[in-house]
Amino acid sequence: MNLVAFQTIVIKEITRWTRIWTQTLLPPAITMTLYFVIFGNLIGSRVGEMDGFGYMEYIVPGLIMMSVITNSYGNVVSSFFSSKYQRSIEEMMVSPVSNWVILAGYVGGGVLRGLFTGLIVTIVASFFVDLQIHNFWVVISVVLLTSILFAIGGLINAVFAKKFDDVAIVPTFILTPLTYLGGVFYSISLLPEFWQGVSKLNPIIYMVNAFRFGFLGKSDIQIGIAFAIILVFIAILTSFAMYLLNRGIGLRA
Amino acid sequence: MTKALSIKDLYKTYDNGTQALKGINLEVEQGDFFALLGPNGAGKSTAIGIICSLVNKSSGQVEVFGHDIDKNLAAAKTQLGLVPQEFNFNMFEGVEQIIVQQAGYYGISRKEAKKRAQPLLEQLGLWDKRDAQSRELSGGMKRRLMIARGLIHEPKLLILDEPTAGVDIELRRSMWEFMQELNREKKTTIVLTTHYLEEAESLCRNIAIINHGEIAENTSMKALLAKLDLETFVLDTTGLPATMPKINGYDVRVRDETCIEVDVHKGDGVNGVFEELSKQGITVLSMRNKANRLEELFVRLVENPHGEAKS
Repeated sequence: MNLVAFQTIVIKEITRWTRIWTQTLLPPAITMTLYFVIFGNLIGSRVGEMDGFGYMEYIVPGLIMMSVITNSYGNVVSSFFSSKYQRSIEEMMVSPVSNWVILAGYVGGGVLRGLFTGLIVTIVASFFVDLQIHNFWVVISVVLLTSILFAIGGLINAVFAKKFDDVAIVPTFILTPLTYLGGVFYSISLLPEFWQGVSKLNPIIYMVNAFRFGFLGKSDIQIGIAFAIILVFIAILTSFAMYLLNRGIGLRA
Repeated sequence: MTKALSIKDLYKTYDNGTQALKGINLEVEQGDFFALLGPNGAGKSTAIGIICSLVNKSSGQVEVFGHDIDKNLAAAKTQLGLVPQEFNFNMFEGVEQIIVQQAGYYGISRKEAKKRAQPLLEQLGLWDKRDAQSRELSGGMKRRLMIARGLIHEPKLLILDEPTAGVDIELRRSMWEFMQELNREKKTTIVLTTHYLEEAESLCRNIAIINHGEIAENTSMKALLAKLDLETFVLDTTGLPATMPKINGYDVRVRDETCIEVDVHKGDGVNGVFEELSKQGITVLSMRNKANRLEELFVRLVENPHGEAKS
């Protein structure tokens, strides 16, 4: 593996998202502050407890995960599509960088932004709630794997995107609904049995709950199943992304 | 000796059915300065795209310094540098950043890349702009940036796809000198596509003309120009008689009341023209070639791809 090339792509990505920090790092900090103020302080106090925890405490892991998912995905989809649009992707295509390294580099850049944003949201959350960590390794492994999964998803979206609208379609119409219905704000145990079953078809449920387990030690689903699902999705999306890159779909005529 | 570039039976049909390449064969010797000419849509950029992995071929074989792009793509790419026709860098990235990144894709460390970037950017007059975003550069500077980017990994084969398009004459001349020096001093094999045929004639030793996806001509520049056995001269005179002057042995056409065009066959010389005109009391003020010689051949080959280049 060409480690220098991998490092180059990751540094390029970090340079990009730090250069435009007002578009990448500031908005999640502001949005999440608003979530904490409105859902946590104002409405949360009336909601009462959720699964035995204060509402604010309950939604923090989900909100951190939401920002990680959005930013990991958003970074790769916009950066890779922008490279396609400006044709600067050709810089890599003419060079001997393997498709594995291109995928790993972009995913690495997206994951770092996702995690950095997650850290910002965690710091913001610590001003509102006394954060406890039940299992540090679960927190780290779930957030890392979820970030990787959505970063790969972002690259696949970018490969197929032909115009800027295509970059926004998946986050707006698929990712946001799935995240909001993914148990960020509520426990699925509150739902009727039928809707609990439907909710379990939403993969984000497993990520949010596994992450919440890492913080609170409480989850609607089994942690082992959550890890298995995340890993299976990573394997499927990685294979698909490599297929697209190797075939040059959306990249080579 | 291994060819710098070898193309065998290269075909490309796009998804919309357009057959861009119809089995082209081409060889470029190591150290050559090679012109690949052709009108717009002839297949030049498709061929270059395939060589550089930007376009998938339908069939055929491409080797760069003996490395087959189907079997050993990474090795082939390492030997290859591309200066594309259109600007294709990230407009928000800095000049030095673009160069150092490109080196990184070839496995060159940042430290080494920065060391290489300085003389290259200085030579191309971009060192003072190293921290500027590429979108802030002038058109000429952007072209030079693409050349620097294509050279940072010191390729043995450099493909320049219309590198001087839209560049002023002064800069074009300095880019010619740069390319010649690169070819002469560093022995870099250069494949050049251009619409400035004067450029190809001045710089290149060998030439291929591609038209409708086929090679219409592939020979040395000298051999190609030797095919031209007729040159047209434009003569400005003090004034012409009312009837068109006839000059024995030469075809003459009147352009306006003071100007004529004369076709002169190779070996005939132009003295006879002056003698004849002088006899008829016509004074010639100045004389020039009607068109670039290569341009004439090019037009003939492109208009009549299967015909002879001779007049």
